[in-house]
Amino acid sequence: MSLEFVSANHAAAMAAALAGRANERARGFGGGVYPITPQTECIEWLCQQEFARGEIVRVESEHSAMAVCMGMALAGARTFTASSSNGLAYMTENVFAAALYRLPIVMMAVNRTLGPPWNIWVDHGDTLLLRDSGWVQFYCEDNQEVFDSILLAYRLAEDRRVLLPVLVCQDAFVLSHTMMQTDVPDLETVRRFLPDLDLPHRLGDRPVTVGGLDFPHETEAHRRQHAEAMARVPEVYRECQDRFAAVFGRRPADAVECYRMDDAEVAFLSMATTASTVRAVVDAARGRGVKLGAVRLRMFRPFPEAALRSALAGCRRLGILDRDISLGLGGVLWAEARACAPAGCVVQNYMVGLGGGDVRPRDVDGMLQDLLARDAAGEPRLVEVGS
Amino acid sequence: MSSREDGPARGPCAAPGTCEPLLAGMAGTACDRDAPLLRAGNTNCGGCGMSITLNMLSRAIGARRVQLAIPACCGIVTAGPFPYSAYGAPVVAATFASAAAVATGLARVAQMNGEDTRVLCFAGDGGTYDIGMATLSAAAERDEDILYVCYDNEIYGNTGGQRSSATPLGARTSTTPAGKAQAKKDILAILAAHRVPYVASVSLAHPDDAVAKFARALDLRGFRFVHVLAPCPTGWKSEPAEGIRLVRLAVRSGLYPVCQIEEGRRWTVDVEPDFDRDALAEYFAGQGRFRGDRLDLGAVAGQIQEQWQELRRRCAGGVRT
Repeated sequence: MSLEFVSANHAAAMAAALAGRANERARGFGGGVYPITPQTECIEWLCQQEFARGEIVRVESEHSAMAVCMGMALAGARTFTASSSNGLAYMTENVFAAALYRLPIVMMAVNRTLGPPWNIWVDHGDTLLLRDSGWVQFYCEDNQEVFDSILLAYRLAEDRRVLLPVLVCQDAFVLSHTMMQTDVPDLETVRRFLPDLDLPHRLGDRPVTVGGLDFPHETEAHRRQHAEAMARVPEVYRECQDRFAAVFGRRPADAVECYRMDDAEVAFLSMATTASTVRAVVDAARGRGVKLGAVRLRMFRPFPEAALRSALAGCRRLGILDRDISLGLGGVLWAEARACAPAGCVVQNYMVGLGGGDVRPRDVDGMLQDLLARDAAGEPRLVEVGS
Repeated sequence: MSSREDGPARGPCAAPGTCEPLLAGMAGTACDRDAPLLRAGNTNCGGCGMSITLNMLSRAIGARRVQLAIPACCGIVTAGPFPYSAYGAPVVAATFASAAAVATGLARVAQMNGEDTRVLCFAGDGGTYDIGMATLSAAAERDEDILYVCYDNEIYGNTGGQRSSATPLGARTSTTPAGKAQAKKDILAILAAHRVPYVASVSLAHPDDAVAKFARALDLRGFRFVHVLAPCPTGWKSEPAEGIRLVRLAVRSGLYPVCQIEEGRRWTVDVEPDFDRDALAEYFAGQGRFRGDRLDLGAVAGQIQEQWQELRRRCAGGVRT
């Protein structure tokens, strides 16, 4: 274990490299990589590494980056890639394909605004675009969480009960280019956490066609299996948390993380780094006697409905903060989470920090005043915070 | 693996790669694979040039271990529905543009694990000339250890016969009802320009040459590309039994050069045409897709002449592609 001072881009790359080396006694490690701001430093770091049994393929597009991962994973290797924004949009067909092949690929995504017009700052619309792709999705709040989530993602993805790809998301620049002290374990410790990958449907010499044709009744069966694997994720995730804590001595956050929610009557639900700001506002509001709490959604897919329902059970007013907009609807998180609020709860959607606008405590405080003044929810509100 | 009973009847084999030329290379022999590459029960149309290509490829593969990446095309539909596979070798059904990238992944992992598996892409012209071009070009530029076989029926056959950039000038398709106004891409020159170890075109009417070139391409290292003109009776509006004759006419007339390019520089013509104008006329007359079109045979003959002047210059070694 060593303490490193690194950006989340480098933390993700270091975790992927450790996971890859942990599989070098098995079928090895690799991935296709392609640069895009603000993810580029992650793949640059990987391209500077030497692997005893590993290959980083510098491809011509994100679409091919995922295709190389699929080929490598089908051949039994542990695989990694990273992307962002329009790169993810361009990759989308193969993002779906990776899940439909049931391949335990791990991808790091730096959340960035989709263009045009071009904007390199944080917005969750890019990975939420992939919410129906059949991937598990985590949203992280700091660099240690990014690092830990990559390692955790491999154990979860490769579990025979799951066999699904995992997306680990982090906020552009707020994390991707911000250096933080990060605990980096040594390879032997990582090996104790990550068993060798043994893909049951690895392509060998048997004459099978992987991903061929389905008639409707076969697709029904395949979708059911995929959905059942997703449904097993929360349970397997808890086991992974336990094992992670036993090996590394720290416990990764739950799928739904609560802050001062025990007696909270008012709450904010958010994802990723917005949650840090919200917690500061909670502390300040508590000092003024407002029974405010905060809930952070760390796992977006599978959607942890039961855990969220339980977290929000005592809530009378709920503000849902989206760093995204589904045009013609409202915030994606709001649309999915509002049904988890208890009966009679006022649920108001605030879309805030779109395009990377800095969400300050005063902005959250303004939304708190708005929420406290409401007798009923209104239309989703787009809150402009400026640059 | 399927049993030997699945394959065709077997006869003696003279020498590997040169079997039974009188039977157009298609007779079963002792040097065939235990499971043919394309097994019985596949869904291809009668007279499908892709089927014939796979049978010749199967002969060339012999006992080699192979894995295939096949993108969206008739070549993957013919595998049949889950959980069956008409292929006698492991196959990944890749997304349309991704065969060369998926094959890259397979080949890299085979290599890093010291396995002798030969990884192939088997793609139609749509997946090669059009949607897969960037992926193909990148894999060629990286000199991945892949054999890429393009069976070119000059249309999107699987979707019912729309034009691709491999569709020849004048051919009527469902999206060029008046005949295509542009000539087809010169795919061999494009691949040769990548300076890959081996680029070749093969003729289904010349199986000795075809099987020998497939075998050579299988054994070379680095990126290899083999192009096959594959008759499609459905799309070409031709008689299923006439496919091989049509290919022979295309070769004789000079319309389809059978050649190979080593390292992007050394061009060799493998089958000499006689540039017979009647053969050219017969080639077009045998296909409904050219019928009723105001195809100017004289102009086509002129284009063939120009193409061959260029080809001869390249063979003489004076021109780098």
